[in-house]
Amino acid sequence: MKEILLILFIITLFSMAVANRMRNYVKILLIQGLLLFAISLVQLSDITVANLVWIAVETLLFKSVAVPMLLFHLINKNRITREAEPYLPHFASLVITVGIVAGTFLLSGVVGDELIGRVFFAAALSAIFFGLYFICSRRKLLSHLMGYIVIENGVFILTLAVGNNMPFLVNLGVLLDIFASVLLLGFLAGKIGDVFKDTDIEKLTSLKD
Amino acid sequence: MQYFNIDSLSMIMTAVLAIVLLPVIIHSIIYFKDYKASVWERLVYFGAMLMLVAALFLGYVSSHIAMTWVFTEVTTLAAGILIYHHREELALEAVWKYVFVCAISVTFIFIGILFWSLAMLHCGCTDLSYASLAQHSAEMDPRWTRLGFLFIFAGYTAKMGLFPMFTAGIDAKDNAPSPAASMLSSVLMNLGFVGIYRAWAVVSMGECAQWGRVLLIAAALLTLFVATTYMVRVGNFKRMLAYSSIEHSAIVLLGLCFGRVGVTFALLHLVMHSFVKCGLFLHNGQIAKVYKSKLTADMGDYFNLNPAGALVLLLGLFSVTAIPPSGMFMSEIGIFSAMIASGNLWIMIVTTLFLTVLIWAIVKSIIKIVFLPREVSTAAVEPVHICWAESLTQFLLFALAIYVGYCCPDCLMNLITATSSMIF
Repeated sequence: MKEILLILFIITLFSMAVANRMRNYVKILLIQGLLLFAISLVQLSDITVANLVWIAVETLLFKSVAVPMLLFHLINKNRITREAEPYLPHFASLVITVGIVAGTFLLSGVVGDELIGRVFFAAALSAIFFGLYFICSRRKLLSHLMGYIVIENGVFILTLAVGNNMPFLVNLGVLLDIFASVLLLGFLAGKIGDVFKDTDIEKLTSLKD
Repeated sequence: MQYFNIDSLSMIMTAVLAIVLLPVIIHSIIYFKDYKASVWERLVYFGAMLMLVAALFLGYVSSHIAMTWVFTEVTTLAAGILIYHHREELALEAVWKYVFVCAISVTFIFIGILFWSLAMLHCGCTDLSYASLAQHSAEMDPRWTRLGFLFIFAGYTAKMGLFPMFTAGIDAKDNAPSPAASMLSSVLMNLGFVGIYRAWAVVSMGECAQWGRVLLIAAALLTLFVATTYMVRVGNFKRMLAYSSIEHSAIVLLGLCFGRVGVTFALLHLVMHSFVKCGLFLHNGQIAKVYKSKLTADMGDYFNLNPAGALVLLLGLFSVTAIPPSGMFMSEIGIFSAMIASGNLWIMIVTTLFLTVLIWAIVKSIIKIVFLPREVSTAAVEPVHICWAESLTQFLLFALAIYVGYCCPDCLMNLITATSSMIF
């Protein structure tokens, strides 16, 4: 069961690599939030009710409701319909994602640890590296933000691996959401959107040597 | 308390924070006298400064790896508010880049902590305090130790200003008001150092010590390379000071790799660099006031416009390039001799080559500012005259660095010795 959910999570990464509308990215993030909740339910067998409520708030309320709603709002407000062309064509993007996933599976085979399942480790690292790749290969600031949220989801999976023994690390991981919120609020306050009209990364090149 | 503990390292860092804070507050008040700001803007500025100081202090005294991480995150938010003080387009770009890069770096540190927690679970221990990590360092699984240290180190480089994540800090120091920039380039970098130092203390005692040393040396040399290439061509004086900060971070990092002697001098170097760089960034506020520009090309004839300030700049030039009577001369000699003693002559040669180019770049710009006449096109801008008293704090900070370098007080030396015994 756990493995199926994790593989579904990895599949969402592939679909994110080839999606070309901003709205689809948000939908994929929403699905990832739901999957994370299901994975944590299956994985964290012996946690207290308080922790369970906390995780439900984090995954369901924050990752699957609040963030997607805000992102949809921002997309409407800034009138972004399509993703401004990524630096790489979809096919290359897909190949790189396959490379990332294959690489992390190989790495998890090499590391091979009985405490953390292989699929678990591979799914978490795939999300982290895919997020980094996503940030590097997209132009819109809003897609950078989404890349960061994917990285955060990967980290959340990693915390679940040690969650039964050290539940406080799962709770601490939620602090990373502060950054996602601050960056989102920066957009929401309209500052970034107003000053950099197209919210393209090309506008952020005045600071250089 | 379980999560906080005042040890020798945190005492040194807190003392530096306390000393640096006084001139920073004085110059913040002067700053608000010169540049009109609403009550609300002042409130936000000093509130963020207070938040930064509190987070730095708590970060220094954390005895638990997760607590250092939490307060590193808080400093990012506080520093972000300070950088955005001017509310203009460049500041917005700087703050967005800073917060974004720091968000990723903080995530990296957290991933490293998770890997180390796996290593600790193998030892049957769930306590992630530094004491417990050091106790189990010999039995920790080397695979997880390495992966964890890699991520923790990469994460803290954003704060300490090292390769690969130094970029955000440069933009931040360039755009923050000068008093805030002097905090960012001294005490905030020290927090990054504390994070790396405490993690390195764990790794250096285990079987991955040699691997970790190679990693640190590679990062330090790459940082020196980057600092050199940028400093030769940078035309913005404030950014040049920021690149000089990452150069000194690299020297400190090199010191950590060569035995007790190297660690001792690295700590001394860090303390003196905090004073000197704080003084230089504070002085940059005066330079900006005189010329209303950050570009070296617009400056010149500083000796006639602001004689006291020119003396500060010359003394700062000696201090920051580690030319005697600078205190940092002593610590750099100490670090170099530790390199030779450990049989790594080639690292010393590479480092001195980089430093030679760096010193040339700094000397060239400062000599231009102080002695050469201004260009005709910019000479029309009426220079502002500055009271000599504003330079007093910088003289005191430089003097303190010289005092620490040549007759280091016993109390500081004892603390440094106690701290260096954490490693190896």
